[in-house]
Amino acid sequence: MDDGKMTQIYIMGKAYDVPAGITIMDAMEYAGYRFTRGAGCRSGFCGACGTVYRKDGEYRLEFALACQEMVEEGMHLTQLPFTPAPRVSYVLDELDPYENVLLQFYPEIARCVSCNTCTKACPQDIEVMDYIQAALRGDLARVAELSFDCIQCGLCAMRCPADIKHYHVAQMARRLHGVSASPEPEHLTARLQELDAGAHTAELDELVNMDVDGLKARYATRKVETASEEAS
Amino acid sequence: MNGERKAKLIGGYPAAMRESIKKVEATRKQRLQDGPPAPMSAVQREEVLREWHPDYKADKKRDLLVGPSKGARMPHEVADLLEAYPLVDSREIDLSKPNLDVQVLILGGGGAASVAALFAQYEGIPTDDILMVTKLRHGDCNSIMAQGGIQAADREPDSPAIHYLDVLGGGHYTNRPELVRALVTDGPMMIDWHEKLGALYDKVDGRYLEAHGGGTSRMRMHSAKDYTGMELMRVLRDEVRNVGIPVLEFAPAVELLLDETGNAAGAILFNLETEEHMVVRARATVLATGGFGRLHIQGYPTTNHYGATADGLILAYRAGAQIIDMDSVQYHPTGVAYPAAILGQLATEKLRNQGAEPVNANGEAFVYPLEPRDVEAAAIIRECYGRDNGMTTPSEIRGVWLDTPMIDAIHGAGTLKSRLAAMWMMWNRHGIDITADPALVFPTLHYQNGGVQIDAYGQTDVPGLFAGGEVAGGVHGKNRLMGNSLLDYNVFGRRAGISAATWAKDHAAQGLSLKHVDAYVDGLKAAGVEPTRKAPMILPDYRREAVRTRRLDVL
Repeated sequence: MDDGKMTQIYIMGKAYDVPAGITIMDAMEYAGYRFTRGAGCRSGFCGACGTVYRKDGEYRLEFALACQEMVEEGMHLTQLPFTPAPRVSYVLDELDPYENVLLQFYPEIARCVSCNTCTKACPQDIEVMDYIQAALRGDLARVAELSFDCIQCGLCAMRCPADIKHYHVAQMARRLHGVSASPEPEHLTARLQELDAGAHTAELDELVNMDVDGLKARYATRKVETASEEAS
Repeated sequence: MNGERKAKLIGGYPAAMRESIKKVEATRKQRLQDGPPAPMSAVQREEVLREWHPDYKADKKRDLLVGPSKGARMPHEVADLLEAYPLVDSREIDLSKPNLDVQVLILGGGGAASVAALFAQYEGIPTDDILMVTKLRHGDCNSIMAQGGIQAADREPDSPAIHYLDVLGGGHYTNRPELVRALVTDGPMMIDWHEKLGALYDKVDGRYLEAHGGGTSRMRMHSAKDYTGMELMRVLRDEVRNVGIPVLEFAPAVELLLDETGNAAGAILFNLETEEHMVVRARATVLATGGFGRLHIQGYPTTNHYGATADGLILAYRAGAQIIDMDSVQYHPTGVAYPAAILGQLATEKLRNQGAEPVNANGEAFVYPLEPRDVEAAAIIRECYGRDNGMTTPSEIRGVWLDTPMIDAIHGAGTLKSRLAAMWMMWNRHGIDITADPALVFPTLHYQNGGVQIDAYGQTDVPGLFAGGEVAGGVHGKNRLMGNSLLDYNVFGRRAGISAATWAKDHAAQGLSLKHVDAYVDGLKAAGVEPTRKAPMILPDYRREAVRTRRLDVL
């Protein structure tokens, strides 16, 4: 901003001059917007700031997170901070992962016409259509893997001509995959049993009651595990 | 910023920065062979903290003039909000007909709030008698932004006692022992709960893939790629929705209510969209409103979410809760220093626990990569401003390199992209490939170490008011270790939720009152505080000055 280089953008059709090289979110605030909706973590993790824009002379709509995407000259934008996409409630323990529960709970996934619009709308570059296809096959592991980076902004569901709620499908698939395909590690189970049996109580009693000098001495001489120990 | 735009960029960096990157590349092979610099001794740690950590600048703090922790020292930015007048006039609020009546009211929409809500329900409170209220959306919180991981002592060479010692040493022995004991003891149980909810932790051959964090002596950092916080938060949010607990969004609390016996009895909410207020009466209230990053203490950029403005702290303090360790602020060692468009956003500590080391502009390693956060941050500030070995960006920001290509060099090609997908994407959006080039970093405001005083059950000094997560203090003392905030919100969210449910079963709010706020105002006046500031802040204001000064309030 030191040399005052500005760029012109259009927020909901209205022109504003904003500094070049800043994010859409910062540009909207520079223009005078104070967000209630449309701003959350401001770091690309929460999905609050889904934004659609079209650039001058281009026919395509593009999709972005306002906190991550830089403004460009001639950008026409609006935010879509909320998607009316109903989800279905379920009791995780009562689901049978070997039945295709995704299709039962979200039958509209069968309406997918493989147009790939969802994938093009995803600001996280997720292969959304591919995981919907995996969901149709009941392949929970594949849905979990492909959808893992989903921040649930809702832009896929907003664009889908078949009215699929992709991100809800994926959320259910990941949790079901988590409880069905990935057993709890034995070392965790063992530690829980030890804790139940009070095996760590005496050691903690001693530390909780130790004075600072004692703690400092213990801390200074504690052994730091090296990475190779875990490998062996 | 325009400096950056005007310069021709090569792989996202201008030529001047490329010169320095060459020096980093030139020493990489040798540094990989030699391993990182040795950890500091206790004396060396104290020295670098005293001279370079922002907390140790005396003129950036003052003693609080009013309230239950009067005389406590804290940053001006926090004191300014505590020495401020209420947003609402108690005489204009009709408390005789509450708009909503619930057993357990939970203030907050992040991790601690969600955990508290679920455990209140597990304890037998009907879902319709629980209410979560939050300023933004359910899940707009710091919990969702945590990347690196969550600590829990569940491996054979580890134990809760070893975890305890790491926490105390990292916190300079100022932590409350009974809170740390709860933290480390409940850790494995919370991981087990996440398993049963279907959270997807990284595993190899049926075991968790666990790593070190700064200041840990055992590898106990559980992760879900570098989306650990998001994975946990979206699972918890999904479960709150499954159970059917009501969540009122865009409705921050602006004042707590007490009853005529002095017990917490609900809150006044403000609907951000319709601008009306609402009185909620509750038998028990849980404070899970998070921390203060958006106060930009000492002018630092922050990793925190938009709503991290310490509202809950202010409200609890007015209601009579003591606050502790507010003099201590966590600056994450590695915030983004380039490009300026994402200045201060988080570069997870996981980059370092996977092998990336901080390197100065001359290509020299200067600090052990996994010191406790305050020490690591101070060492980076010293390298830039004490030894003048930082790299200066076109926007005049100084930083040091985080040598990210070391990760694939150590663990094999493809590791960084699979274990640190979010980090790769963040820089890639700006044309920087961190598998090929290092990233420039500098400390950024990250966490409120202190907060509202609680006991091991989440009880504050106000009967019927419970707290958990970042808003509460004492767990981390003067410095939190990586991976203990996710653990904190789980352990103390659970404890606060259970305590609130237990309390609600045999207490009913009798007659709502704002007399505590009137008394607080009297205290402000007596201390000579001018009525120029109001609190809570609710949201920061990032509109440019020219717009704010021309603004008219006519609608």
